[in-house]
Amino acid sequence: MIPLLECRQLTKKYGSITALDNVSLTLNRGRIIGLLGPNASGKTTLIKLICGLLTPSSGEILINGFHPGPESKLKVAYLPDVSFLSEWMTVEQTFNYYRDFYSNFNIDKAYDMLSRLNINKSMKLKAMSKGTKEKVQLILTMSRNADLYCLDEPIGGVDPASRDYILDTIINNYNPEGTILISTHLISDIEKVLDEVVIIKQGTLFMYNSVDNIRENNGMSVDSLFREVFRC
Amino acid sequence: MAWELNSDRPIYMQIMDNIKFSIISGKYPCGDKLPSVRDLAHEAAVNPNTMQKALSELELTGLIQSNRTTGRFVTDDTGLISSVKKELATEYCSEFFEKLHSLGMTDNEIKELISDII
Repeated sequence: MIPLLECRQLTKKYGSITALDNVSLTLNRGRIIGLLGPNASGKTTLIKLICGLLTPSSGEILINGFHPGPESKLKVAYLPDVSFLSEWMTVEQTFNYYRDFYSNFNIDKAYDMLSRLNINKSMKLKAMSKGTKEKVQLILTMSRNADLYCLDEPIGGVDPASRDYILDTIINNYNPEGTILISTHLISDIEKVLDEVVIIKQGTLFMYNSVDNIRENNGMSVDSLFREVFRC
Repeated sequence: MAWELNSDRPIYMQIMDNIKFSIISGKYPCGDKLPSVRDLAHEAAVNPNTMQKALSELELTGLIQSNRTTGRFVTDDTGLISSVKKELATEYCSEFFEKLHSLGMTDNEIKELISDII
């Protein structure tokens, strides 16, 4: 079976700065994976490469066996860490926009999540708080029927109760064919939801292992391990 | 309500303990069908793969049995359940004694204390 994602000696340089250095990584289907690392370790760069927003300086990346392009973009749902929608749009307009753009956008599912989170569909994005905007963007991303979900800092600005709902949504959306890659600093909040973690350190792959193996081998949680490895 | 899980032990082991406890205490009665992996994962707020692993490990102990078409059941072997119950009770007791010993109490003092309380 073709792996969902394969990175082969992936390197990305921005001028003289090397953001990702020779990363080789294969991710399988049906997993919920945490992408961890301190600030400026290369997490967002890796996600942008997977989504085809950046091109590698060297090495290659394959999604379902394809290089990033139109085929892969249908199969990869990306949630950026910044606001990416026009501020004048209402929630309803963003839903229609996504429906026009992506054939695999499930608008009923999106409205269902919207009502669970008590967000009004005629509200304009510019009138929303940071957390509410994040929720709308997450709904848009998770309502696509994709193989690989790349979520860049999805729960940073969201209150703890909504965070629980979002993690719940992630668990309930679990499908054995799809994989969710979540970049975050809130490790302890999401640790029990994760199968595996990818830890990157200064642009290189530091560790790729299952959460239970890490706990078994180190006798500590991934959160504690992270704090120990990256102690300042 | 998510299950209480602590941070240092593997999650699947804690889930195993949790389900074991529910079987012994009768929340999942002897011979009854267990909820589905998806429902249990949702209840515990853990990843379905982790729940799957915990259930497979529990099958090895015999406490639960899987039936290919109808799901997983609690064993109907009451002897097995009571022996697991005794095992767990012994574990609790030795933790209890360890704690009191570390307070500097002797076995006799502990015995006295227990009979006072009971």
